[in-house]
Order: sequence, then C-alpha cells, then structure tokens
Amino acid sequence: MNALEVIGVSKQFGGVAAVDDLSFAVRRGSIYSIIGPNGAGKTTVINLLSGIYRPSAGSIRMMGEAVSGQSTDKLARLGLSRTFQNLQICMNMDAISNVMIGGHVRLDSGFLPALLHLPRIRRHDAELREEARALMAFTGLSQYHAAQASQMPYGALKRLEIARSLAARPKLLLLDEPAAGLNHVETDEIRALIEQIAATGVTVVLVEHDMKLVMQVSTRILVLDYGRKLAEGRPEEVRSDPRVLTAYLGAAA
Amino acid sequence: MRKPVVGVGLLAAGLAIFPLLSPSAFAYDLAIRVIINAIVVVGLNLLFGYTGQISLGHAGFIGLGTYASAVLTTHFSWPPVAALLAGAVGTGFLAFVIARPILSLRGHHLAMATLGMGIIIAIVLNNEMQYTGGSDGMPVPAFGIGSLILSGDRNWYGLVSLLVLIVVWGATNLVNSPAGRALQAIHGSEVAARVAGIDVTGVKIKVFVLSAVVASVMGSVEAHYLEFATPSSAGFVRSIILMTMVIVGGMASVAGSLVGAALLTLLPQALSQVEGGETIVFGSILILTMIFMPSGLIPTIRDRLVGGRL
Repeated sequence: MNALEVIGVSKQFGGVAAVDDLSFAVRRGSIYSIIGPNGAGKTTVINLLSGIYRPSAGSIRMMGEAVSGQSTDKLARLGLSRTFQNLQICMNMDAISNVMIGGHVRLDSGFLPALLHLPRIRRHDAELREEARALMAFTGLSQYHAAQASQMPYGALKRLEIARSLAARPKLLLLDEPAAGLNHVETDEIRALIEQIAATGVTVVLVEHDMKLVMQVSTRILVLDYGRKLAEGRPEEVRSDPRVLTAYLGAAA
Repeated sequence: MRKPVVGVGLLAAGLAIFPLLSPSAFAYDLAIRVIINAIVVVGLNLLFGYTGQISLGHAGFIGLGTYASAVLTTHFSWPPVAALLAGAVGTGFLAFVIARPILSLRGHHLAMATLGMGIIIAIVLNNEMQYTGGSDGMPVPAFGIGSLILSGDRNWYGLVSLLVLIVVWGATNLVNSPAGRALQAIHGSEVAARVAGIDVTGVKIKVFVLSAVVASVMGSVEAHYLEFATPSSAGFVRSIILMTMVIVGGMASVAGSLVGAALLTLLPQALSQVEGGETIVFGSILILTMIFMPSGLIPTIRDRLVGGRL
C-alpha cells in the first residue's frame, strides 16, 4: 500500500521546468529520501506535495486519495505535515505553543466556543499541552518547556518544527533538510529521531544533503537532477548506480 | 495558561472602586471615554496585535455604528437597540464582504487598503448631508429601551463598565484558546499556520469581522452617550490614535489595550495645562515609550517582572 503516489508531475516557473514529468511512489511506513544537487528541484517537490505550489501537470495521490491542487490546510487535515528548510517558527510565541499549533486540526478552533470559554475547549487544550510537553521530551527539547521560541538556538528550532509536525499526528511527514546546519552529534540525534518516528508507523519523506544520514535511514532513495528522476532504488542500488556517481556523488563516493 | 478570571476580576474591582472615590462629572466623562476607546482597542488588538493584520481604517467601523444609530433613530424612528444591532450586523456584513480581497494583501498594501476603506467611509458620512448633516454632525437621541431612558454619568459608567468586562472576558478567553493560538500563528508564520491545518483566510476574515463589529457597537454607544454624531469620530486621525493605543499598550496584550486606551485618552487631558507645548510633550512620551519599550507597556513590564526565565 502506497502512502504517496506522484504521477507525471511537472512544475513550471515561467518557462523553466523546476520539476519535469516526475513519477514515484512511497510505501506506507517507509523512509523515502529525495536527493540531488542544489537546484535539482527537491524543495519544489516538497512544496508540491504540501500544497504550497500547484502542479502544472500530473497528479498526486495521498493514501489513495487524489490530492493535487488541494490547499495546504486541507492536506493537513488529511494527515500531511512538514518541516521547512528555512525555519517557519512563530517567533512571537513560546516554544510549547509552537508545538501546540501542530495539534490545531484535532481541536475545535471555533471562535464562539472559545469566546465563551467552554469547559470542553479548556479540557482539550490542557490535553494538547500535555501531549506537546511529551513531544518536546521525545524530540529532546525538555529544557525549553518554558522558553520563548525566539530564545532557542538553531538546532533546537529544527527539532521544534519536527515536534510541531508530530503534534498533528500525521500519516505522512515531509522533512525538508532537517540536518542542514547541524553538527555531527546533532545530525546523529536527528537520525535517531527520524527512525523513531518511522517506527511509529509514520511515512517519512526526507529531503537531505547529508549523504551519510540519507544512506543510513532511507528505505528507498530518489535522485533528482534538473527536475527529472535520475535514479531510484534502495540505498545500495543508488550508491552504486553509475549515473548517480557521475552526475551527483562524484568519483569520491 | 493565564486564568481569564483573574484579569477580569481585577478589572471588575478597579471599575467598582472608581465610583466610591466620588468622582466629579468630568472624571466620569473621562472614564466613560476611556472605556469606550478601550473596548474598540481590545477588538483592534485581536486583529492587529494578535493576528498581525494592520487596519488604518478602524475608526470607519466606529463611524458606521455611530451613524447607523444616529440616522435610524432620528430619521426612521427606530428604537436605539434595534439601530445599534442593525449597525452591528451591517458593519459585520460589510467587513465580511471586503475582508477577502483586503486581507489577501500584506504589509504596506494592507495598510493602504484599510486606509482607503476608512477614508471612503468618512467621505460618505460627510457627503450624505440630508441624512448625516455633513461635517456639522447631527444630534442623536438618548439611549433607552422602551420608556426607560439611560441618563446620568453613573448609569452610563455602569453600562460601559459592564460592556468592557464582557469584551475583556471574551477576548481573554479567545486568546487563550486554540482559536487564539491560530491568530498568533498567522502573525508568526502564515505558511506554518497553513501547514498546521489553519484556514488562514477564514480565520483572518473572522477576526476582522469581530473587531469591526466591536467597533461598530461602540460607535453606537458613543453616539448615544454624546447625544451627537460627527464624522471626525470616524476619521483617519482617530484610526491612527487607535493603532497607537494598541502599540503603546502592547501588541498581543488584552491588558495592554486597556492601558494604551487609558493613557492616550488621558494624556492629552493632563497635558492641556502645558500651554502650547502639549503636542510636543505628548509626541515625546510616545516616542520614548517606543524607544525604551518597543513591545509596548504591558508586555515589557510583564517580561521585566517574570524576568530571568531561561
């Protein structure tokens, strides 16, 4: 059973095809990595999958349901969540509230019940706060419980985004360069975290430059070059694919 | 999570103590004006301070309420309550219709659009002479239900106190709820809000309509309190003063809205002793506040008190 099917998707910006007739499928519960040189279209693919962009052509199916052209907030309600390469943290809020935003889809967010301070609203919110606290512990952020997001270091904010996505209890999680800018120790922590998330049954799509990380965690890997599929397969297949070696990894790999 | 009850309780106590100090008619008048402004500013803070959507035309919504009450009671003999409600519904509907195109704009563009909206409303109020009396304004009958007429400083003070308690209670509940978190998330990062499943456009429309309706209702109340309606109450200068109240009191702070409204309503009065120099002193106070307390009075004080956390 596939969590995600991308069929002949293209995305044009002006006359430039950032993604060109791309097809791939992601099995449920797997970790699927998308790699490629800078400008290969990796982030464009993530933006297409998460509804930030609409595909110029082709179709996307999530959990068997056609979702191409759906808005980002609707996709969230269907079980898709993501993180961002360039962080999208609400710096005007404290850390735990940032995580709680992730749980938005599961709560009654109507204005009227909120204005009236219904007990139901308070109870569900208190439950979400507990869950957010647990997720912060799970992502190694316990020390930032009381922190403002604006006071947190970069590496912690990366994990805060992951905690926020998990608060949505997603079926499909898109991670856009979660290890970018992190040192070796932090990258190892992120790797462990990704494996733990996948172990809970969440399908993970990972865009990442860190080859060591990608080779370690991925179930399958898609190699993009100039918006096209260059190769696709298990890590050992991709690693030894001569096209990948010449076009991307270079002779040293 | 802050307990809404505590803040509302403190406010209620403060409002109850004021009449015990046997204030003069002048003091009552100031208090009532402060409270009317405070309620509008709480609504505007939800839109601007919490959600990050600027409105430079909010006095226009006050004006719609003011003139709905003035015109419907005077020319069409509507009961004041019906006129007030009609104004609120009408303003809410107008806000709903213009919210979608206006709120898809950002930053300077949103500021320009709301500025234009407020100015158009003021122009209409000025030009529809046969109904509004133009720039001379028009008298408004006293507020009342049936034969019961609301009059006297104490009674008016009681009414607006009740209104401010209701609005502060509702606003505090809202900002401490998932809906309030959605408002702040939109302020922080619209794309993050979308990814979290927040219907950004829908939420913006809701908070815009809510703040417009609050402004309209207070416009009606103000018209009946002053027993006079003038287009200047709906003008551009007032919109700017309302925004300043939000900023000085504190963005994303309900208590800050009250403090900002009080300060900017009372300060010009207090400074009227300073012959000729009041505008300079007033301006200097605002500038110094912004330099030394850029996040506004209440958030700055709160951070200093809490201080040292992390």
